[in-house]
Amino acid sequence: MTPEERFDAIVAAEDKIEPSDWMPEGYRKTLIRQIAQHAHSEIIGMQPEGNWITRAPSLHRKAILMAKVQDEAGHGLYLYSAAETLGVERDQLQQLLHEGKHKYSSIFNYPTLSWADMGAIGWLVDGAAITNQVMLTRCSYGPYARAMVRICKEESFHQRQGYELLIRLCNGSEQQKAMAQDALDRWWWPSLMMFGPHDTDSPHTEQSMEWKIKRVSNDELRQQFVDMTVPQADYLGLRIPDPELRWNKRRGHYDFGEIDWEEFWNVVKGNGPMNRDRIAHKTRAWEEGAWVREAATAHADKSRSAA
Amino acid sequence: MTYDVPIAPGETGDLAETTGTSGRGWPMWEVFVRARRGISHVHIGSLHAPDARTALQNARDVYTRRGEGVSVWVVPSSEISAFEPEAAAEYVEANEKVYRLATTYDIPDEVGQM
Amino acid sequence: MTETITANAPQGTPVPDLGDRVTSLVAHADDNMVMAQRLGEWISNAPDLELDIALGNIALDHLGVARALYTHAGEIERKGRTEDDFAMRRSEREFLNVLLVEQPNGDFAHTIVRQVFFDVYQQLLWAALADSGDDTLAGIAGRAAKETAYHNEFSRSWLERLGGGTVESHRRAQEAVDALWRYTSEITSDEWMRVITRVLNESGLVVPDDPYQRSGGRQGYHTEHLGYLLAEMQWMDRAHPGMTW
Repeated sequence: MTPEERFDAIVAAEDKIEPSDWMPEGYRKTLIRQIAQHAHSEIIGMQPEGNWITRAPSLHRKAILMAKVQDEAGHGLYLYSAAETLGVERDQLQQLLHEGKHKYSSIFNYPTLSWADMGAIGWLVDGAAITNQVMLTRCSYGPYARAMVRICKEESFHQRQGYELLIRLCNGSEQQKAMAQDALDRWWWPSLMMFGPHDTDSPHTEQSMEWKIKRVSNDELRQQFVDMTVPQADYLGLRIPDPELRWNKRRGHYDFGEIDWEEFWNVVKGNGPMNRDRIAHKTRAWEEGAWVREAATAHADKSRSAA
Repeated sequence: MTYDVPIAPGETGDLAETTGTSGRGWPMWEVFVRARRGISHVHIGSLHAPDARTALQNARDVYTRRGEGVSVWVVPSSEISAFEPEAAAEYVEANEKVYRLATTYDIPDEVGQM
Repeated sequence: MTETITANAPQGTPVPDLGDRVTSLVAHADDNMVMAQRLGEWISNAPDLELDIALGNIALDHLGVARALYTHAGEIERKGRTEDDFAMRRSEREFLNVLLVEQPNGDFAHTIVRQVFFDVYQQLLWAALADSGDDTLAGIAGRAAKETAYHNEFSRSWLERLGGGTVESHRRAQEAVDALWRYTSEITSDEWMRVITRVLNESGLVVPDDPYQRSGGRQGYHTEHLGYLLAEMQWMDRAHPGMTW
């Protein structure tokens, strides 16, 4: 058996490719980029939510939000570790992020402008993540699949707390209800954009599906998300900002309107409302912390030579 | 949602081209956690740290945030010797990271229902 | 050792009765509340991911202690005050935290020094309260002591790294010690001084020879920092009074 044949056989058998296995260079590079971008998404995602920690309206909500953001940092770490099994180092991946060569989920390029945004992000963004997660636990690359299992275990609380936050608002004052509706109005379409372009406009999809990195197409995942989320919006008494949204009995799915692809590509290209701010924030924290990391290294070196 | 954020028209498609050294030179450590008495330590992931004390602190913070982890071990990745019978011989030579361990996890029932 | 000169609340400033059980509980709760708020500001801003997680975890610990103490204070007081009544609906003149915890984060050295000073104080405090006749308080102190043991390990190990790291980290660490020293009279004791002297020396740092101390936190006489901290922390509740979140 050639290494290629062995690789293909393992993937075809729904078995896992492990770090010491031969793999096509394209497989390795695609995975590095995807796992790294997943990790970057977790890390950048700490910013929009971190924005409301000091202003959380109650101590209970403050604690929940802090814990959620900590989870996200931890998820980033698990994912960077998984990416490192492919022969790169975390600092290199971060460098690519800082230089704009690596991206992160575009949803985080929008600002969190009200407390209700914390609910919308938990409900919609983490909801979208969940539709993706089961798929990723079936990814052919072992370390990524295992990191996803660990993340899955921790993720369910994220979506529940966001949705519960909105239940409170929707059962509250007129002002609170209006805050919730406004948040949905601003986060709905960006949430649909998280699933990426139509499959017909997504050149990598076919190869990623063959390699079992991607198990379900963009459009299928997006449809799954809409079908799951619309009844949840109905329960909240909130209106989804899509005049074309309606149940299609024949298809057994919701029909929905077309995404504004100009906005989509604008944000992907770096021209969304917060792209520059998110990277500047990340880069600043990194640069301002350089002396701390150097101190830790210097101290460890001294201790080692003294030993 | 996709983390395979697409390449916009006009951008290069270069994947994982790195522009410098990682700089820090902190060694990698493998983390093993025994979640409760009666079961064995399980390989749970890896992290970078300048020394063992830091590695343990970080492992505790990252891998036992939910209170799991009665016992945490950290081992420098370079100290792990591995036996990989199925790995193709030529790839083993090319891959310096043969010490990275393969572990298996059972997918919990709850994930199937999500 | 030089005699200290303390700037305290001016003549005429009303002083709360810290012997009162509720007031004493609230003061310790305020310490932890303000510390949690300060540490929360580091989230997504730390020098590295592991530090982001570590500081966030410590923030959550302090927040948990604050909530437990506020709740217990409210129970003893029997006026129906909740944790949010204490945290969100009192003015800065009613907050009784020590001045040390309301100082801004500054750089990482500043934050670590503030943490070291506070952690030693907390360690001694929880040990003393574990023998409290108040069972609930003893329980809170017991749990907090375990967390504080970890905080001490974290903050001291970082002080060692900074003090014994590079020329720059050593300079920043000493500057932080010098800058925060004036807020230590509110948390000092013979034992505290003994431990801190040892910890500083082990980190290659010098105990300041500065006689000046700024005091008054336990009288509600704060530095100008607390007002801004509370404005941020309390604004949602004050903008939407009486709402459930």
